[in-house]
Amino acid sequence: MVLLVSISLGSVSIPLDEIIAVLLGNDSSKSSWATIILHFRLPKAITAMLVGSGLSIAGLLMQTLFKNPLAGPFVLGISSGASLGVAILILGAGIFGGVLTAISLSSWGLAIASSIGAALVLFAVLITANKVRNTMSILIIGLMFGTVTSAIISVFTFFSNADKIQQFVFWGFGSLGNLSWNEILVFFTIYLTGIINLIGIIKPLNSLLIGENYAKSLGINIKKNRNIILLITSLLTGVITAFAGPIAFIGLAVPHITKLVFKTSDHKILLPAVAILGAIILLVCDIVAQLPTSEFTLPINAVTSLIGAPVVIWLLVRKNKLYV
Amino acid sequence: MVIGKKKQIIRMSSSIKNSIETKNLHIGYQQKKSVSTIQKNISVQLHKGELVGILGKNGIGKSTLLRTLTGVQDAISGEVLIQGKNIQSYSLKELSRLISLVLTERLPESQLTVYELVALGRQPYTNWIGRLEKKDIEKINWALEQTEILSLANRHFNELSDGQLQRVLIARALAQDTQIILLDEPTAHLDMHHTIKIFKLLKKLSKEANKTIIITTHEVNLAINSSDQLILLTDKEVVAGSKELLIESNSFDHLFSSEIVNFNSSLEQFIVTKES
Repeated sequence: MVLLVSISLGSVSIPLDEIIAVLLGNDSSKSSWATIILHFRLPKAITAMLVGSGLSIAGLLMQTLFKNPLAGPFVLGISSGASLGVAILILGAGIFGGVLTAISLSSWGLAIASSIGAALVLFAVLITANKVRNTMSILIIGLMFGTVTSAIISVFTFFSNADKIQQFVFWGFGSLGNLSWNEILVFFTIYLTGIINLIGIIKPLNSLLIGENYAKSLGINIKKNRNIILLITSLLTGVITAFAGPIAFIGLAVPHITKLVFKTSDHKILLPAVAILGAIILLVCDIVAQLPTSEFTLPINAVTSLIGAPVVIWLLVRKNKLYV
Repeated sequence: MVIGKKKQIIRMSSSIKNSIETKNLHIGYQQKKSVSTIQKNISVQLHKGELVGILGKNGIGKSTLLRTLTGVQDAISGEVLIQGKNIQSYSLKELSRLISLVLTERLPESQLTVYELVALGRQPYTNWIGRLEKKDIEKINWALEQTEILSLANRHFNELSDGQLQRVLIARALAQDTQIILLDEPTAHLDMHHTIKIFKLLKKLSKEANKTIIITTHEVNLAINSSDQLILLTDKEVVAGSKELLIESNSFDHLFSSEIVNFNSSLEQFIVTKES
């Protein structure tokens, strides 16, 4: 339903029955409507669902792995790492030219660069996190990594020309639109690779709820499972950041909303619930982004932050406690 | 003299099948080049149906010994044998069906219920998604019954008192259905009433379920009078045996500094030394 609402809103208004007709494969009374729906709004809605569910899953995994309710792809600097990957590609192409230019034009190149960026930061955070073991320090370290990557991006920006900077800034606003079906296919393939790996780690995730030592005593190979969690998170955050820009707060807020609604920590329930709720919430954010002025669309990143931050504050005030 | 006694103690208990045994075990910490040994030459044999207390003052190596016995930490030298085989020859999965743990560390704050937490103990036996079969549910219910926490089953574990939580953790270890259960200071935050209840529970479980239950504890007097075997960690050496043998060999005298507490062998407990 939210999907339908999302598709029905936009700068050109299209009657709902026409939308349903187009989606069901029938002809609409105006051929331009079919084009708008099939080539702009449907891809955008699908992107929103992939982004929303992917980021929420990544957030849930981080919260369980770090045993910290404040963990999330954005807080831990993983999104910044992905941004760095993209910055090196887009801005670096302007500075160094050559091969980078070719890669920066392909959607695979962008997705892989940002996944690698995400993985590097996540790995660095994880290594240092193992040494400090104090949850507060882990968050501060994540913050520091985020700051360092932002600084590196600033340096790149400084040496880049206006065109490239504009391209990068627009990417940074976050956007769910403008993806072709081809790009969505790339997006979906990488997304699915991450999601499939979730199947094997449901049990280990649940055992991690009582700490690594207990998990190990239950026969769980911590190192192996941690690497799988790392891989999934980098793939999801990487590919999402590449195609939709760095989108804040979804990864942090959605798992908590889900935990509050379902009152459980069991990943058998949480993983699908978080995915569905994440998809719905981002669709809603997308709708909000289009409502105020039907001519323009607000940057999605601004909308998620505007909605996400108050939600987290409200949760903290009401519950006084956030759970892993 | 003391060494002679120790050998005698070891010989006396070697007739029954051992569930856990150490041979010339040296424990401590190893980093790249430096090795710091905390205790040397630990040779003990622990059997089915025994409650074993590990005693010693703070920092003497109780927790290190416990970690070495579980395979979490590597021994500096010597061997740990589980049911006659070196602990390192077991896979993590195999070990999870032989040894279960109750640790002192705080659990991360989650919304697990008591039932779910105890059910996690079934992970070594369940399928890829952790589906509980009839046998798993029976074991979980048995564990809840034994620890008298059936009424708490649907509560969230983070709402419980320390005493209740300790029972839940013991139930989780029971549900894991292992021959050996190791508990690190299971009565650390408990009052006298709950401490005694835990000791009684552990004693009962060791006898009725025929398990080897090993605990580290600072409740020396309780441990001395309820354990079948004691492992004393002192500055000089590690001695193991039954209460009677250890009293006979005056081994308790080396456990603490005699200026503070003294072992009274007729009362079979430690008494605070009176200032003169």
